[in-house]
Amino acid sequence: MNMPLDQVKPLLQVKHLKKYYPIKKGVISKTVGYVKAVDDVSFDIYPGETMGIVGESGCGKSTTGRSLVRLEDPTAGQIIFQGKDLANISHKEMRKLRTDLQIIFQDPYSSLNPRKRIGDLLAEPLLAHKLATKEEADKKVNEIMEIVGLPKQYKNRYPHQFSGGQRQRIGIARALMLRPKLIICDEPVSALDVSIQAQVLNLLKDLQKSLNLTYVFIAHGLGAVKYISDRITVMYLGKVMELATTRDIFENPKHPYTEILLNAYPIPNPHERNRNQMVIEGDVPSPANPPKGCVFHTRCPFAKDICREKAPELTGKAHLVACHFPIDERNA
Amino acid sequence: MSELLKVDKIKTEFQTDKGPVTSVDEVSFDLKEGETICLVGESGCGKSVTSLSIMHLLDRNGSVTEGSILFEDKDLAKATEAQMRKIRGNDISMIFQEPMTSLNPVLTIGDQLTEGIRLHMKYSKSEAKKYAIEMLKKVGIPRAEGIIDEYPHKLSGGMRQRVMIAMALSCKPKLLIADEPTTALDVTIQAQILELMKKLREESNTAIILITHDLGVVAEMADKVAVMYAGQVVEETDVYTLFDNPKHPYTLGLMESIPHITNPDDMRLTSIPGSVPSARNMPKGCRFYDRCPHAMERCLAEKPELKSIEDKQAHSIRCFLYENEEKDYEKKHAEKEVSS
Repeated sequence: MNMPLDQVKPLLQVKHLKKYYPIKKGVISKTVGYVKAVDDVSFDIYPGETMGIVGESGCGKSTTGRSLVRLEDPTAGQIIFQGKDLANISHKEMRKLRTDLQIIFQDPYSSLNPRKRIGDLLAEPLLAHKLATKEEADKKVNEIMEIVGLPKQYKNRYPHQFSGGQRQRIGIARALMLRPKLIICDEPVSALDVSIQAQVLNLLKDLQKSLNLTYVFIAHGLGAVKYISDRITVMYLGKVMELATTRDIFENPKHPYTEILLNAYPIPNPHERNRNQMVIEGDVPSPANPPKGCVFHTRCPFAKDICREKAPELTGKAHLVACHFPIDERNA
Repeated sequence: MSELLKVDKIKTEFQTDKGPVTSVDEVSFDLKEGETICLVGESGCGKSVTSLSIMHLLDRNGSVTEGSILFEDKDLAKATEAQMRKIRGNDISMIFQEPMTSLNPVLTIGDQLTEGIRLHMKYSKSEAKKYAIEMLKKVGIPRAEGIIDEYPHKLSGGMRQRVMIAMALSCKPKLLIADEPTTALDVTIQAQILELMKKLREESNTAIILITHDLGVVAEMADKVAVMYAGQVVEETDVYTLFDNPKHPYTLGLMESIPHITNPDDMRLTSIPGSVPSARNMPKGCRFYDRCPHAMERCLAEKPELKSIEDKQAHSIRCFLYENEEKDYEKKHAEKEVSS
């Protein structure tokens, strides 16, 4: 991604995406309220880039990712991909578009069918979309297995015969079978040990280069997100707090939440343990009952009256921030 | 500071249908009053089993078959269940990774918190409750008087972990074992809990065994560190030496494979190839042999011992590289740094 963003056409555009889950109560299941998992999220994804989405649990990052491939039906908003609005097309049409949109899940233990051999698991997408005959699919399986670093003689094994890292490679291989343009990576390394995490992150990076892939990389581990992303979206309680290039997010964060998140991350250097840490009090409020005004005001050390009343808009051109009092050029 | 705990070459085995499986082998470390040791390593390295061995909380098919665990000169490895009952929750207590599952859902916070206080400290019911409220306040729980009568599901993950800490510290233990206490929590909550543990440690001079896989947490909390791999300690030293001058190839690999937020932008992660050997099928020689970039012929056949390498500070390593080849290795490592 060297070209300035305004000269490239986005691959996918998310506009005012909302996903509300109804809260039902009583014998007739009356809807008494909504959990606002994703509440008015907008961003563009450009070809060849990696967009990282970070935030704490319950911030809506996974729901956002799943909505992009219509594993969740959005409540409102648009997802524009190749001239079509993914949020409002039929499931039949969506099925066709899934050849271009794939997803890798967090838990490599539960996202592979335990009764199927790896070869069959990998061939399935091609056969389901009627894109290849059995023989062609078989050839393709060999090819992809080699790309992700699995010996092809493992084809006849079942998922339980693999380690966590290998299973995640299988998950990646399955996503690659249809040669998609965009892959949603939903916490792909969170369940893996550190030495295996590095293997998988490096593999994802290499594949992106050689196959010209675009990623949406969802994670709560900031280190992994920084390593792989070109731009980062920081979410909190279903809303985007800040969106900027990886460098800006880490070197020049404007939203207090981003700064606190970066600061809370323990640094693997014992000489820095006595640094001034900003520890914020309290928990993330429930998305069923988000605070009025800015959703972060209950925990924000800089909150003023206006923050309790009015929700800030996400503003800015390349570096977007939703805060009434953004930290401006603090390091300048 | 006097010696509190001395774990000496313990071996923990599990009896299975397919024969015994050794999951901890020759693990040794010691701990003084008020000191914090971190056991780090990847899943299956035996860090949790080590702590469960100390507490006698292993499954029925598991037991410590060799070595000794001296706690205030009593050997816990040979203690009876009745003796352990007096120690657990009193002199040694433990907090677990999952605050969601380690509290009983059908008892109130107060019931669970006062049980140990009444048993070990012989307080009356009302005294115990008063003391429990005091403990809840100490760990930073707002509205402690109300929360004490609530059930665990009403609390968030961070709050539950605070309750667990209050429970573990209520009988003023000399040793606290914390098994991945912040792994299930969000980073901002993790920072709160670590801060709390540091504060309480200062106040009470409790020794801590902290089990974690996160080197960031290690750097934040530890006085000394034991790095574990495949059931063995491969490197043990104080926290500054470990981060400034790591020696064992596994420790080095681990440090280089962490994507950290302070890493330069274009740095590529070094990964350790392969995966951890299974406990059923441990290599005869060095257990890191097939993943080690410096593996020699000798490592395949011979088992390295955990040996001290420096006279000035305590720094022990389980690796042949540091017997004769130390200088040679230093040179190689320096070259690698220059070229990368």
